[in-house]
Amino acid sequence: MRSNRQNVIGLLFASPWILGMAIFLFYPVISSLYFSFTSYSILKPPVWIGLSNYQELMQDEIFLKALSNTLIICAASVPLTTALAICLALLLNTKRKGISLYRTLFYIPSLVPTVALAVLWLWIFNGQYGLLNEGLSKFGIKAVPWLTDPSWAKATLIMISMWGCGNAMVIYLAGLQDVPQSLYEAGELDGASAWQKTKSITLPMISPVIQFNVIMGIIGSLQTFALPFVMFPGGQPARSTYVVAMYLYDNAFLYQRMGYASAMGWVLFLATMILSWVSLRLGDRHVHYGGGA
Amino acid sequence: MLSKQQKILLTKALQLGALLFLAFLFALPLVWMVVTSLKPLDETMTSPPKWIPDRIQVSNYSDAVTYGSKELGYIPFLRYAQNSVLLAILCITGSVISNSLVGYAFGCLDWKGKRWLFALTLATMMVPGPILIVPLYKLFRDFGWIGTFRPLWVPTFFGSAFNIFLLRQFFMAIPKELSEAAVLDGASPFGVFLKVIIPLAKPALTVVAVFTFLWSWNDFLGPLLYLTDQRNFTVSLGLQAFQNQHTGTPWNLLMAASLMVIAPVIVVYFVAQKAFVQGISTTGLK
Repeated sequence: MRSNRQNVIGLLFASPWILGMAIFLFYPVISSLYFSFTSYSILKPPVWIGLSNYQELMQDEIFLKALSNTLIICAASVPLTTALAICLALLLNTKRKGISLYRTLFYIPSLVPTVALAVLWLWIFNGQYGLLNEGLSKFGIKAVPWLTDPSWAKATLIMISMWGCGNAMVIYLAGLQDVPQSLYEAGELDGASAWQKTKSITLPMISPVIQFNVIMGIIGSLQTFALPFVMFPGGQPARSTYVVAMYLYDNAFLYQRMGYASAMGWVLFLATMILSWVSLRLGDRHVHYGGGA
Repeated sequence: MLSKQQKILLTKALQLGALLFLAFLFALPLVWMVVTSLKPLDETMTSPPKWIPDRIQVSNYSDAVTYGSKELGYIPFLRYAQNSVLLAILCITGSVISNSLVGYAFGCLDWKGKRWLFALTLATMMVPGPILIVPLYKLFRDFGWIGTFRPLWVPTFFGSAFNIFLLRQFFMAIPKELSEAAVLDGASPFGVFLKVIIPLAKPALTVVAVFTFLWSWNDFLGPLLYLTDQRNFTVSLGLQAFQNQHTGTPWNLLMAASLMVIAPVIVVYFVAQKAFVQGISTTGLK
């Protein structure tokens, strides 16, 4: 039996977090839900307006544009980043010399702080003096308006997210090292080629890790803020890079519409939940839980 | 037809080729950044671009730190670096202390309500950031903390779900016999925590410290929301201000400034490489 003393000691050690959860998580989540049903600027107390914010969101063209931008960027960057990270991990999962050097090289871009990342890519994608257009012109390709054309601007953001796939790659590498060697030996006895071994042994064995990473990727990508905010102030060109988190920020701190911004946060949360649920469902058909992971 | 030997050789060559090509693509932007940061301004705008500057201008780094003029407003980059370092130290201190205490409660102690509170802790990892922006701003405004560093570091002294989880897993793997022996020698629970658990948990505490440093150094939204006085800016916010304020951007200085923002992160990576790999792998294994 636990004594009272034990209970008190346990609670005492856990008390920072119990307080922290209450103050910095539960209270904000509940008040955010409340604000989302109110008209609220930080200067005046909130006024209850029921579902009006949500109704307005459904008709707000800028919001719908921001939501579709966010979803498009997510739909492109998550699969591409995942595929690249898996390819890199597969290439590195051999007993080749200098592996740790390659691993470091692929990983470091994912460490670059977002603002520095934005500044670096603004320079490389620069229409006039940018390295990329200079390089392309060598192959006879005309200057691409990376930063000034609405559809290229999104592609720019997606490419930058791929450059940061090193974090996921390290997770896949750890997963690959858990695949039992005996499976490959059995495959070799059956005369399987390298590609067949990858397709029938490696990928199924790391599928739970892939699923986990895809869901984390979706969550992160739907919340994107700093990169488009710094690279494309106001979501330029033509609001093509205006994401939900940016519109939320503008509503809360530029237009003083905190209730409306809160409602936006909850719609984004709902979108996150739906997409995560869909990828869990889709994944369940393919994810293999036989391994140790 | 290729023999089996040849096929294996061909596969290996293709793999190596792909690896080298990708490594080239990944390294290129960083190399270009370093090259640009060492050029005089006019050489940044040549066509075709020069990979080796005619004149190497190291003074870009000191110029970036003191860039600006009385009219335009001056970018006190060293001051920003000081602010960022101070914040990082506060956050690491808070995070290591609070998360190890709470991790110990969940991993090693036996008390009522532990199980469901831990389940609740894991559930809070689902709470999305954007929902918290408005209410946290209001909360810190009610505290009178807008314009101070406090919104950025005080919460770290209350723990975070991911770090608590990470330390709990690690603490649970420490053999119970060690704590029991200390208790027989008359140690209190706090004594066991301090003399048995903490010394053995150094690798896990390093992971927490490194991740906290990265999070605090990279944070952009927090400083953007809560820091109002330019003298209090962090390096990320300062770099954005630098980039934003000046049309006809001096790219060589911007690259030098950006590299100074990146450098501490890279140094920490090389010093704590093992902690990084271990920490990230833990993230992936759920």
